[in-house]
Amino acid sequence: MPDFLLEIGLEEIPARMIDSAREELARRTQELLTRENLAPSDSKFTSYSTPRRLAVFVEGINAAQADVQEQVTGPSLKVAYKDGVPTPAAEAFAKKVGVEVAKLGKISNPKGEYLAATIQKKGRSAAEVLTELLPKEMAGIYWAKNMYWRAGKPERFVRPVRWITALLEGHVVPLEFGGIKAAAKTHGHRILSEGEIPLSKPENYKDSLEKAKVLVSPAEREHRIRKALDAATRTIPGLRWREDEDLLRTVVNLTEFPSVIIGSFEKEYLSLPEEVLVTVMRDHQKYFAVEDASGKLAPYFLAVLNTDSDPDGLIRHGNERVLRARFNDARFFWEADQKVSLRDRVEMLKNVTFQKELGSYYEKAKRMAHLVTIGGADFDHPQHKIKRNALYEAAWLAKADLTTELVKEFTELQGIVGGLYARAQGLDPAIADAIYDHYKPESMDDASPRTLESALLALADKADSIAGMFALGLQPTGSKDPFALRRQANGIVKIIVEHKLPVDLRILFQVALVGYKGSEAEKKFTQLDKYSESVSAFFRERLEFYLRDVRGFAYDEVNAVLAAGHDRVTDALDRVQAVSEVRKSADFEPISIAFKRIKNILRQANEVGKAPNGKFDRAALEDPAEKQLAEAVEKTAPVVAELRHKHKYADALAEIAKLRPTLDTFFEKVMVMVDDEKLRSNRLLLLQKMLNDFSTIADFSEIVTEKK
Amino acid sequence: MLTAKPNPLTFQELIFTLQKFWADQGCILQQPYDVEMGAGTMSPETFLRVLGPKPYHVCYLQPSRRPADGRYGENPNRLFKHTQCQVILKPPPDNVQDLYLQSLQAIGVELRKHDLKFEEDNWESPTLGAWGIGWQVMLDGLEVTQFTYFQQCGGVDLEPISAELTYGLERLCAFLQDVDSVYDIVWARDPKTGREITYREIRQAEELQFSVYNFEYADVEKTWEHLRLYEAECKALLDEYNAKSKAVREKKSESLDDLKRFPILPAFDLCLKCSHLFNLLDARGAISVTERVGVIARIRALAVGVAKAYVDQQSDTAAAAVNS
Repeated sequence: MPDFLLEIGLEEIPARMIDSAREELARRTQELLTRENLAPSDSKFTSYSTPRRLAVFVEGINAAQADVQEQVTGPSLKVAYKDGVPTPAAEAFAKKVGVEVAKLGKISNPKGEYLAATIQKKGRSAAEVLTELLPKEMAGIYWAKNMYWRAGKPERFVRPVRWITALLEGHVVPLEFGGIKAAAKTHGHRILSEGEIPLSKPENYKDSLEKAKVLVSPAEREHRIRKALDAATRTIPGLRWREDEDLLRTVVNLTEFPSVIIGSFEKEYLSLPEEVLVTVMRDHQKYFAVEDASGKLAPYFLAVLNTDSDPDGLIRHGNERVLRARFNDARFFWEADQKVSLRDRVEMLKNVTFQKELGSYYEKAKRMAHLVTIGGADFDHPQHKIKRNALYEAAWLAKADLTTELVKEFTELQGIVGGLYARAQGLDPAIADAIYDHYKPESMDDASPRTLESALLALADKADSIAGMFALGLQPTGSKDPFALRRQANGIVKIIVEHKLPVDLRILFQVALVGYKGSEAEKKFTQLDKYSESVSAFFRERLEFYLRDVRGFAYDEVNAVLAAGHDRVTDALDRVQAVSEVRKSADFEPISIAFKRIKNILRQANEVGKAPNGKFDRAALEDPAEKQLAEAVEKTAPVVAELRHKHKYADALAEIAKLRPTLDTFFEKVMVMVDDEKLRSNRLLLLQKMLNDFSTIADFSEIVTEKK
Repeated sequence: MLTAKPNPLTFQELIFTLQKFWADQGCILQQPYDVEMGAGTMSPETFLRVLGPKPYHVCYLQPSRRPADGRYGENPNRLFKHTQCQVILKPPPDNVQDLYLQSLQAIGVELRKHDLKFEEDNWESPTLGAWGIGWQVMLDGLEVTQFTYFQQCGGVDLEPISAELTYGLERLCAFLQDVDSVYDIVWARDPKTGREITYREIRQAEELQFSVYNFEYADVEKTWEHLRLYEAECKALLDEYNAKSKAVREKKSESLDDLKRFPILPAFDLCLKCSHLFNLLDARGAISVTERVGVIARIRALAVGVAKAYVDQQSDTAAAAVNS
């Protein structure tokens, strides 16, 4: 069976987009071949990529689709024959299918009898199908950002397409994409190889390119880079390179034939904060940092090159020169920034816009200070009293580093630089730490702020942004979240959980809104009527995401728990843990079914206008089964309430589950919807009471049970 | 000391060589535009020429003045005024990247001995209503060129697309000469005596004095006033052009000549003045939050207005409306 190779040659693709595009091209090719019956189940798909190419190599495809027999239905017999003579309709059908009228078959279906013919449909060749359909798949690849380049602007793609290689065995598949016709040749490394590389067979692809100094497999490049990093680091005893997955992925996608050099910088730069040095190396120069055995930064760096060697040391020398200039800049900024203290910089925040409608960072700092004072009032941890003065000052100073040259140059160091300056300026370490961590967590994988003060500051910062945006009506919609409010809300959830903060989100966001009172921004708050509701719904969604996708709870357990309240994050977490635990017990599912039944009965009663009225009257009960239930409910309710109050949710749920036999007997023996209005109403009220008393931890009716 | 070549190009030789290289590729050589601007992209040789369908290949130097970047002649890598070599290829040839690599070889970079990467860097100027897709070209870890495929300019979608190459000459020259400070760059070497004249001798005083002016002396009130005057004149010109163009299109006027001779190019000069004055006020710390966003929007309106008027003036439809 023939092999197939496709390579799209491009001008350099952005590193961040390569991995997903490579996978998508392979997936689309596989789906196309499968859909077109060209890929037997044992075909093997391998994908390759470098900055200049995306490729897919398929081993063992069908050279052509199998021929198929197809039954075609024609006109009904009534129409096809008049007095036993074929009509023009019959003849037209015969002509269409290429069979004499006399040889046409018949089929009958529920609508009657019809003319029919069996025709042979010839399978198309793989080359034909690929030529026609593969370009559409190539055009369909998703790019975060793409461009026009050709005259007439016929298509957009990530970067200009410069060559296409498409081979089926030894033959070119004459497909065309981006104005380029496929050919049996490719291109080697930009500088280490010259001219076109002829390619006679798909299976030679990888080796031919390796000879032309291109490693098409990203896994192989990663392996080579790792080994080269090790080897370069070993040239200096006692050092190791700092593992950095993201950086590694980036350099794998920036190179076709990687090698590594180790360079050094003057020891004097080590007096700059490590955070600054590492940011310059990693984010700006894409260098790996090097540390000594104790984990301290060493005055070396590792650069991954897109070439095979540096025989004259020119490349190392050039990189050292650039790094020195960068460090010099950083040191200049570090020293210049010290001339104005963070406290004096607060005033300068009046000239830094936070958000067009929400005013300056000065106003934001003021609101954050308000929020940590009011909002933080009840957050004293049993073992750890909040340092209120430090927290208040940190809130005022948190954004001051936005006016420093260092943050203007290295924006990713916001917060961190503020923390470092606070420490350098001799402020309380609690202040410095709070500022340092207050942008955290940047993602669900990132750590929460370390101290209680920094956690509260981070909370205030994020809550203030979300409050302002929601009041303006700028909440995220669909895939649009330009202010990353979802990320910030996820951060709030994570912080509350990890610091076990007794925060009530409803109150937090009311207090956050108070901060805007009397401001210019307040005049633009057009969405205040929907504010509480939309913030609450937004957080319910975030909490659902956190409990399900981050913590792994079953979705129905999460739904059940959130239906019983979601303003207190830690409480919701405790409750879902309890539900998840108790769910394994024998009585749990049956009681969930019973609650569903209760809910249905009450709903139906409402729908037919038989909603209960009056007060529950225990004396009016008749049947022993219902009397028993009432007694059990009255006995259990205070116990559950007490356990709930003590946050012993699992115990409370176990108590509720114990009602199961009594409840089962009730449903067996007692008919609720009886004609006697008083009796019916009383029974409904009993069920209502059960639902009210026992749905405060979780709404059992949300639990998905096996039996209906 | 390690250098790429025993006799690296002087600053002025670097300029000759790049210009010769691109002239040999069919580029027009233009002189720097003699109005202050923050980047070579703002020159009419780029901003206006990339608009409309006419092919155009040009190479020019452009001193780029950025008041806020001034460092009183003290910082070895930062300048108030640096020199860009700007190449516009409209439309770009298919081998545009190869041509660019050849230009590096022409100025003495032996590619085989260096590390070259094209790293994603998309360029955007909200003030000019312009953006493009491209890379920063990294040579041994140093960004030596910005390479952009222009997609939009002055709020107008471009057809054809232009490729823009911007070489930062001081940085590139410091790399070639292997000096750590731009002020140590050899600007010229006397062919008879071999005496070297450095960048310091030619430019440092200018860096110092302009930093002092930009940060300390520029009269804020007067600068605002200049900005307002230039803006008003630019706006008046655009308004008048638009009225005339409308009349032609509605066949209320027959005077195509009126349109053709109308001073849109000078209107763009006025817009450039505004942009520079804004940068000056910004460096001076004279623009508050609320003003800042507003002023940027005002300048953008001028730039976009000029671009639209320029396209209209160049277009055949204006002519057709009259001729029909």
